[in-house]
Amino acid sequence: MTATLTSQNAPAWPRRTSLILAATSAVLAVMILVGVRYGLLLAVGLGFGLVLEGLRFGFAGPWRAMILRREPSGMLAHLLAIGLVAVVALPLIAARGGELNGALAPVGWAMVGGAFVFGVAMQIVLGCGSGTLVNAGSGNPVSLLALPFFAIGSFGGAYHLFWWIDFGSLPAVGVSNWSGVAITLIALALVGITLLRLGAPGQRRILKRHIIAACLVAVLALANLAVAGQPWGVVYGLGLWAAKGATTFGADLTGSAFWSATESRERINQSILLDVTSLTNIGIMLGAFIVASWRHGGLSDKLPRLPLKAWVATAIAGLLLGYSSRLAFGCNVGAFFSGISTGSLHGWVWFAAAFAGSIFGVRLRPHLGLESRP
Amino acid sequence: MTRQFPATAAIFLLLSLTVADYIATPANPYQQPAIVALGSGSTSAGGFCGALPEPAPG
Repeated sequence: MTATLTSQNAPAWPRRTSLILAATSAVLAVMILVGVRYGLLLAVGLGFGLVLEGLRFGFAGPWRAMILRREPSGMLAHLLAIGLVAVVALPLIAARGGELNGALAPVGWAMVGGAFVFGVAMQIVLGCGSGTLVNAGSGNPVSLLALPFFAIGSFGGAYHLFWWIDFGSLPAVGVSNWSGVAITLIALALVGITLLRLGAPGQRRILKRHIIAACLVAVLALANLAVAGQPWGVVYGLGLWAAKGATTFGADLTGSAFWSATESRERINQSILLDVTSLTNIGIMLGAFIVASWRHGGLSDKLPRLPLKAWVATAIAGLLLGYSSRLAFGCNVGAFFSGISTGSLHGWVWFAAAFAGSIFGVRLRPHLGLESRP
Repeated sequence: MTRQFPATAAIFLLLSLTVADYIATPANPYQQPAIVALGSGSTSAGGFCGALPEPAPG
């Protein structure tokens, strides 16, 4: 009791100062030991983590709010952020092709199925790619358990990716430049109007907190594109971590067309601090941890008591999140957010399939014992 | 038990794995790309969720 009172009454500034120093030191260390670009990417990831946790903004939660309570605010913010990025990114990619790449990927049977399964699993653990990282960094034990399984699943999905693609796939199709901006903004507006019409009376608005988060996420996503030359992504990095782990324990990856490719082998043999998505993933977790530690009592909540089946469901859902997101060419970040904002048709198809899966996942979650209890 | 434990465990594991990975496969800071890809003139070549690698021949 005395210790608790002492802890609660302790001034926050020493803890907060040490958090700022630790984050700054991490970025500087990567700049010096690896390279300035990599330090900047870690800083961008930190920014994502600070914004997502600080403003309690994500993807799975707003989709759940729309499905269960017909609250469109969070989803409207997604559309706003995507639109803001598209206005800058599409002309920029058209002008600086090669230096900057969009998240263009093909639409196929496995891609659609993967997005649907991802939507289901995302609502079971209540976290997408970025959400799982944010939640793990801010002390959510469900996400902490899901994360390693997510990485293993991502590795497995990539391992079998070419086999799945052979089931049938269209060429990658997308829009570009200013015509692409116009098409994307019209499509986003149509989805936004639909969400507003479906929203519950009194909920047909976008919260100020969500507008701020959308603007900040858009700025960070554009910074990611400018610094890395590619859009914001999550799941590739997680699969790479598992691939490195597998090779460390002697696994032979020559049976996989994906992991035996020259560029994949090069990345497996390099530090993860040279991988764009790994750096932003690390930054997201650190940023979320900083915000949770910064808040007064941010990490003092008691852990929920969950039945065994909830933990088993979490592990399976984590695997499915990783595996399905590779077949779907990304998660909410790489496919939905970055895909649509850089003009890829697969982003729209991903959105429809994953949202359908989310409707199913939201209803499945309580049966798996995952609704939180004190 | 509070959220402090899983949060600290997550960050400890993350940093341990990152440091261990860096020790096993150190990067050479004297061989680094331009600070920012935009305007660098170099082709972007990072791994991405939507990108497919060219399968190895044979």
